[in-house]
Amino acid sequence: MKRAVLTATLIGAAAWLAACTDEQPASGHPTDPKMAKYVVGKLRTGYTYAEPETRAIQDDDFNNPSFFWVDRGKEIWSKAEGTAGKSCASCHGEAEKSMKGVGATYPKYFAPKGKLVNLEQRINICRTEQMKAPEWKYESTELLAMTGYVKMQSRDLPVNVAIDGPAAPFFEKGKAFYYERRGLNDLACKHCHVDNEGNYIRAELLSQGQSNGFPTYRLKWQKFGSLHRRMAGCNEEIRAEPFPMGSDEYVNLELYVAWRGNGLPVETPSVRK
Amino acid sequence: MAASAKVRVPATAKKGEVIEIKTQVQHEMESGQRKDAAGKAIPRQIINKFVCKYNGAEVFASDWHPAISANPYLSFFITATESGKIEFFWTDDKGEVTKAEAEIKVS
Ligand code: HEC
Ligand code: HEC
Repeated sequence: MKRAVLTATLIGAAAWLAACTDEQPASGHPTDPKMAKYVVGKLRTGYTYAEPETRAIQDDDFNNPSFFWVDRGKEIWSKAEGTAGKSCASCHGEAEKSMKGVGATYPKYFAPKGKLVNLEQRINICRTEQMKAPEWKYESTELLAMTGYVKMQSRDLPVNVAIDGPAAPFFEKGKAFYYERRGLNDLACKHCHVDNEGNYIRAELLSQGQSNGFPTYRLKWQKFGSLHRRMAGCNEEIRAEPFPMGSDEYVNLELYVAWRGNGLPVETPSVRK
Repeated sequence: MAASAKVRVPATAKKGEVIEIKTQVQHEMESGQRKDAAGKAIPRQIINKFVCKYNGAEVFASDWHPAISANPYLSFFITATESGKIEFFWTDDKGEVTKAEAEIKVS
């Protein structure tokens, strides 16, 4: 079982976490000059909590297995599909130019649907409406590949999501989710990623739970995966029923999580344990 | 997902120089030790052999076993002897071979 490593260790996590708050602070090195780019004020990306071996994989694009997916995204970008006979490139030209900065602003309010959409969903809207092609399934190789490719065009640019105007009520829902206890362990996101950031939960060093590196290549998954997959994992770890990937609940939560990291550089495609 | 591989070979080298070669191949490396949701064993499907040829001659080879991660990365060293082609072959349990190649100029 590749995916159940943490799950089994989390029974009684609440009590255990309370006990370990006094321990040594994070072993990350936010003062190391190599980390500078990943630290913005009090915000730190998951990179600064990662072990040196994991960081080394991300540091060199050649070593980073995410690129199997990202490169695939680049290929699909100019492949015509659907009855309109168009590719992404037919309308958007070079992704390096047209998609620069775009990924850093998602999730975003999308008026025709009257709600937020995230980058995966925005890409699928172009698939179905502009290309007349079938939508890609959430977590499919193609959707991950394209999301990674588009988001990477914002690499090193600051996360910059809007939470005002029509996005405000959805932001509030996401925020409420973040602070709501759930599951058998009765924990909220904030108990781990705010209150215990920098503490160990068994072998795991808790980070701020930032989303700036997604989609990410996770060693535990042995593949590239979405933020919603990670959220579902964090829900399951506390013995809570996860929401479906792409659900409104997770998209609203995604906006809150992204906003917490507004100003951090986009790190996609990151590598995590 | 169709297998793909990437290799990093120095474009140029001096004769006799020891050069580092880096490779990575996309493969799920199913260990054969996992079960599916119904409790049925998932058959083993891993790359079991890696070979590197330098102008047709084998210069590096290794047998692989379960417990190697998905999308394995491998680096190794060879001696640059002459200009030409360096080829890479990954063979999996189904007999499928993923190939890659690179050119090197040796002076
Ligand atoms: C029981 C503790 C726990 C809870 C509760 C929890 N997480 Fe996590 N989360 C983890 C651990 C452990 C990791 C992996 C190490 C790390 O980055 O903190 C993680 C990682 C993450 C990451 C990836 C960070 C990165 O840099 O790659 C995100 C995003 C995240 N969590 C979001 C959430 C959200 C949203 C919630 C609430 C739905 C949540 N988590 C609830 C334990 C928790
Ligand atoms: C027939 C033309 C067409 C095709 C084909 C097309 N799009 Fe779009 N796309 C648009 C239009 C029009 C918009 C809206 C532009 C705007 O709001 O400024 C858009 C918007 C987007 C956005 C949001 C941009 C933003 O600034 O928020 C993304 C991301 C996107 N497209 C990705 C893709 C991808 C990936 C593909 C291929 C899978 C694709 N598009 C195919 C026409 C197209």
